[in-house]
Amino acid sequence: MAKTTRRRRKTAPAAVAATVDEVLGYYREMLLIRRFEEKAGQMYGMGLIGGFCHLYIGQEAVVVGMQAAIGEGDTVLTSYRDHGHMLACGMDAKGVMAELTGRAGGYSKGKGGSMHMFSRERNFYGGHGIVGAQVPIGTGLAFAHRYRETDRLSLTYFGDGSANQGQVYESFNMAALWQLPVVYIVENNQYAMGTAVGRASAQTELFRRGESMGIPGMQVDGMDVLKVRAAGDQAVKHVRAGKGPILLEMKTYRYRGHSMSDPAKYRTKEEVQRVRSERDPIDQLRENILEAGQADEAALKEIDREVKDIVTEAAEFAQQSPEPDPAELYTDVLLEA
Amino acid sequence: MTVLEALNAAMAHEMARDDRVVILGEDVGTAGGIFRVTQGLQQRFGPKRVIDTPLDEKGIAAHAVGMALYGLKPIAEIQFSGFIHDAFEQLMFGASKYRWATGGQYSVPMVVRAPSFGGIKGGFWHSQSPEAYYVHGGGMKIVAPSTPRDAYGLLLAAIRDPDPTLVLEPVPLYRALRDEVADDGTALPIGEACLVREGADVTVVTYGPLRHDVVAVADEMAAARGIEVEVIDLRSLMPFDVDGIVGSVRRTGRLVVVHEAPLSLGFGAELAATVQQVAFGYLHCPIERVAGHDLPYGFAGGDEYYRPNRARIGAAITRAVEFSF
Repeated sequence: MAKTTRRRRKTAPAAVAATVDEVLGYYREMLLIRRFEEKAGQMYGMGLIGGFCHLYIGQEAVVVGMQAAIGEGDTVLTSYRDHGHMLACGMDAKGVMAELTGRAGGYSKGKGGSMHMFSRERNFYGGHGIVGAQVPIGTGLAFAHRYRETDRLSLTYFGDGSANQGQVYESFNMAALWQLPVVYIVENNQYAMGTAVGRASAQTELFRRGESMGIPGMQVDGMDVLKVRAAGDQAVKHVRAGKGPILLEMKTYRYRGHSMSDPAKYRTKEEVQRVRSERDPIDQLRENILEAGQADEAALKEIDREVKDIVTEAAEFAQQSPEPDPAELYTDVLLEA
Repeated sequence: MTVLEALNAAMAHEMARDDRVVILGEDVGTAGGIFRVTQGLQQRFGPKRVIDTPLDEKGIAAHAVGMALYGLKPIAEIQFSGFIHDAFEQLMFGASKYRWATGGQYSVPMVVRAPSFGGIKGGFWHSQSPEAYYVHGGGMKIVAPSTPRDAYGLLLAAIRDPDPTLVLEPVPLYRALRDEVADDGTALPIGEACLVREGADVTVVTYGPLRHDVVAVADEMAAARGIEVEVIDLRSLMPFDVDGIVGSVRRTGRLVVVHEAPLSLGFGAELAATVQQVAFGYLHCPIERVAGHDLPYGFAGGDEYYRPNRARIGAAITRAVEFSF
C-alpha cells in the first residue's frame, strides 16, 4: 500500500455527511445510470444499437459523487465510457439513448454515436474515442477557465488504460506549470480492455502519477458515493483556492466487458461476483439509507419505479425518433465565411 | 481459412521459421488481440515473443522501430487504424526515414498491422482509411489485402520485407469470407495488383473491402446490360502496379477508381493523374472516381452513404461507358 508520509499525498477524507435529500438524489442518479446502461446493453443485443458501446455499470458512484462536488459552469469531459457522465451532468436520457440508436433525436443528430455526444447547455464536452486524447483537451478547458478569469474548473476523467499514454503527462506538466484549475480523475476500473493494471503499469498507485510535477494525489474508494463526494469536495476546494491541479484515483470496477463484444475471459466470474456482492455502489448506499432510516423500502421502490419510467421512455423515444436524413451527412461540416 | 485465420497462420508460420519475429501491441497476448487475430500465438511462442503492451500507440510504434534497428522483425498491432495517428510521427519520421537518412546503414524491417476501413458502424474513430497520409509521407510500403489468400501472402511478404510495411487489414471481412489457403509459406509480391475479373468495356480499380462490392456490381452489369467490367484489386498502394493498370486501361479505354477514403487527395487522385499521363491517348472518357465524401464518417448513415455503395459504383461505371464527347 501507499506510504501516507509522502508530502504530496493527500489523505482521502471520510464519507461526507450529506443531507437526506442529497443521499436520495445520489441513489436515484446511480440507479438511473445502472438501469439506462442495462437497457442500452439489452438494445444492443437486439440489434437496435450498432457499432461500439461501452457500459459504465459498476462505476456509477464515481461520476455521481464528483458531479455533486462541482457547481454550475464547471466543465466535464471524459473518454468513450461516457453515458453515465452525460446522465450525471443532467443530459436528457432520451437524447442520449437516441444517439446510441443513431437517430435524429440524438444529441449529435445520430452522427456521433455512443462515444461522441455533447451538451453545451450542460457543460459536457464529450466522450472521446481515442484513449487518453481527452486529457489535454480537458487541460485546455482549464486553461480557458483561468484565462477568462472565471472561478470555474475542469473535471477531466480518464481510465487506468489512458494513464499510460504520453499525452497525459504532457498535460500534467502544463497544468502544474501554469497552476490550472483542473481536477484529474482516473477511474481505475482495474482493466484496460483485457489487461489488468498490474500487467501494464510500472506504478500501479495511479494517484502518484503526478508526483514528479508536484501534483497532489488522493486514492479514493470509488464504490462509495459519499467518499467520492468528500474527496471531490476537498479537490474542488484545493483547485478553487488557486492551488493548481489535483489527481484523484477512484478505485472502482467495471462489471461488464470493455465493450459489448468483449467476453471478458481475462478475469473470473467469481471475481466479478465478489465485487458485485460486496462492494456494489448502489446496494451499499441502499443499505445505508435503510439502516439510517433516511427512507423506507416503499420510498426507494418509488424511486426505482420513477427511474424505470425514464429509461422506458428513453428507449421508446430512441426507437421512434427517425433515422437522420442522408442529406444530414453534409450539414455542420464547415461554415461559409 | 478466414482472413483472420490467414493472418494468424502467416504470423505463426514466420515466427516458427524465424526467431527474430516478435509481436507487440495492446491485448495481443493473453486476450489474443482485439479481433483475435493473434489468438493462441502467445501460448505457442511465449510471452517473450508475443508482448502485451500498455495502451500507448506512440510507444508501441517507437519500440518497434528500436527493435527493428537492432535486428529484430517486430509486428506491431494498432487496434484500429483510427488510433494510429498518435504513432504518426514515429512511423513517418522514425520508421520510414532511417534507410534514407543513414545512407543505407540502417533499415527498419517492421510491420504495422492496422485494422482499417468502414462497414462496422464504427463512426469516424473506428472507420478510418489512413492510406493517403502514409503514401504521401514516403518511405513505407503499404498493402491492403481483401481476401484470405492475399492476407496470408501479403502479410508474409511484409514480415520478410527489409522495409517498414503498413498492412491495412479489412475489418469487415475478418470473418466474412473463406478461401482455400495453403499454409506453405508462399509470400505474394508486394506491388502486384490482382486481376479479379476480366472485361473489355471498362476498368475498375479498387482495393480493400470494396473489392467485393465492385465485383458484385460488375456481375450485375454483365447479367443485366451486357457491360463487361474488368476489376483490378490493387492490393499494394506503395508501390502500386502502374503497368498492370495501364495495360488494362489500354484495352478498355475507360477507368473508374473506387475507394472509401475521402475523394480529395485520396489514392484515386494519384492513380488518375498517373494514368492520364501514361495512357492519355487511350482514354475514351474522363476518369471517374467513386470515394468517401470529404466529410467525417458518420455513425448514422456512414456505412450506407459515406462508403461508396453499389448504386454509386454502378452509376460511375454507367457514366464511363455511356460517355460521349
